[in-house]
Amino acid sequence: MAQDFDKLEEEKVFKDPVHRYIHVRDRLIWELIGTKEFQRLRRIRQLGTTYLTFHGAEHSRFSHSLGVYEITRRIIEVFEGKPHWDNSERLLALAAALLHDVGHGPFSHSFEKVFNTDHEAFSRKIILGDTEVNQVLRKVSEDFPEKVADIIGKTSDNKLIISMISSQIDADRMDYLLRDAYFTGVSYGHFDLERIWRVMRPKEDQVVIKQSGMHAVEDYIMSRYQMYWQVYFHPVTRSAEVILRKILHRAKSLYQTGYTFKYAPGPLSPLFTEDLDLAAYLRLDESVILYYFQMWQEETDEILSDLCQRFMNRRLFKYVEFTPSNYQAYADLREAFKEAGLDPDYYLVVDSSSDLPYDFYRPGEEGERLPIHLQMPDGSLKELSRESDVVEAISGKKRTDHKLYYPADFINDFSSQRDAKERILQLLK
Amino acid sequence: MLEDHAKVMTLLQVAGEVVGRKKLQKILYILQKLDYPFQEKYQFHFYGPYSEELTLKIEELCNLQFVNEVREKKGGYHQYRYQLTHEGEDFLKNYQIEMPNIDAFIEDLNGESSRFLELVSTIFYFDHLSEEEVIEKVKIVKQKQNYQEEEIRSGLDYVQRLKGQRMNEVL
Repeated sequence: MAQDFDKLEEEKVFKDPVHRYIHVRDRLIWELIGTKEFQRLRRIRQLGTTYLTFHGAEHSRFSHSLGVYEITRRIIEVFEGKPHWDNSERLLALAAALLHDVGHGPFSHSFEKVFNTDHEAFSRKIILGDTEVNQVLRKVSEDFPEKVADIIGKTSDNKLIISMISSQIDADRMDYLLRDAYFTGVSYGHFDLERIWRVMRPKEDQVVIKQSGMHAVEDYIMSRYQMYWQVYFHPVTRSAEVILRKILHRAKSLYQTGYTFKYAPGPLSPLFTEDLDLAAYLRLDESVILYYFQMWQEETDEILSDLCQRFMNRRLFKYVEFTPSNYQAYADLREAFKEAGLDPDYYLVVDSSSDLPYDFYRPGEEGERLPIHLQMPDGSLKELSRESDVVEAISGKKRTDHKLYYPADFINDFSSQRDAKERILQLLK
Repeated sequence: MLEDHAKVMTLLQVAGEVVGRKKLQKILYILQKLDYPFQEKYQFHFYGPYSEELTLKIEELCNLQFVNEVREKKGGYHQYRYQLTHEGEDFLKNYQIEMPNIDAFIEDLNGESSRFLELVSTIFYFDHLSEEEVIEKVKIVKQKQNYQEEEIRSGLDYVQRLKGQRMNEVL
């Protein structure tokens, strides 16, 4: 089907710090990269607020998407000519890899929590709607956009391509782990990408790993584990996310109660009225959001202004470890915060590990997500953790936590409401 | 604090016991589709709608000893049973959760098999499509489960019944 689409006369290359070069020979891919919906991803950071913890983490979903495309392209080179791989599906895999994150919005995770939006639904709308992306995809065939959307939504009959782009060991995770490690500057998170794609094999409806490649995959699982705890779940990043969510809640609440903003939220209004169509969604990116946060520091509403100042100037909340089973302690704290003149709905926040969109490897039992399978020399498949002691030791381990975030700078300032603040400090011990 | 966890705990309290992770995942998804205010994010996976967020919440609830998880061997795989503990019951008393008439739905869904709930949740996932398109889609995405047309139609009827029942209660 999609095989006939033109090749460029000359290969285009993007310099990339993770893969050195990203190679584009297909006109379809080149044109997709040039669409305004894809270019918008330059203005959305891959790691949201992590740049406030690791200052290098300014990389975008644009560079990550190119990386996922490149890994997929190289996996396909390994798959060509092997059983179960149909090379006429090559462009489908490449387009889906490139576009897998096209529906992400600014600070996606927090936005989705507050406004109940869904980036996967917007990916589908961008691919099937009246967009430049859709126009380019339709040059392949009328039903090509639907096929790409079904791969990204994981509802396609082509499970193998879904597995290449979205599974426990896929092009998406392999790129973001390496890219996030590079840009945050951490020394863990590295693994031998080339070795992994060389031992990947297409097998009916999933990608499997040759048994001889098990140790490379162990490194990948360790990388995922370390990045989860050291980067993705960093308590300072969680603090920034907490404040971001509270700003959005406050702005929404003010808007809905008729507050007159000094700087009217313009393109954000459809979010507050829950009337967000595709055009309105595509107008949003992180430059727009940060513009409003910058200006709202001057708002007369003290909570909105304070939270925006905290976010923009990195005056984040501090935290203590917290065991939520003691509900009374939490209720007492809320009362003490009110006495100290702080609204606990905005300034006393419990953040749980389940609030985070990253996961670590689970073997997958009883009909959960498909695990990583090793292909044994006799052709049989074995789940990774049953063969690898390293993976068995760290997979599915229950490490959850809850943290209580609060503005320590305010609580430690005894120039006002001293008694209430001292009580808060007692309760926080 | 932990309002969304408390809703999951309410589900387990009403159910008494839920046998199987898949079943718990699908029950919550179906209740969400019936407009009960569960906030967990779901994505389509090999076995239908699945929420990593719910998996993590259950782990958290087990670690807080609000939920008891029992793992038992069944055939070639492990099965998990979930029940609210006494500590969980006590903690839940701090919340006033408004989910009118949810008990009947939970009891109804908990009485069905995991396989059927996998089908029903998949039908809900595609509820923007026409009935015939849903049947086609189920056959595509659930090839391995090999649902027969009759079974899919009974799933569609079940979905209509649940929706109708919910609609009557909202009105």
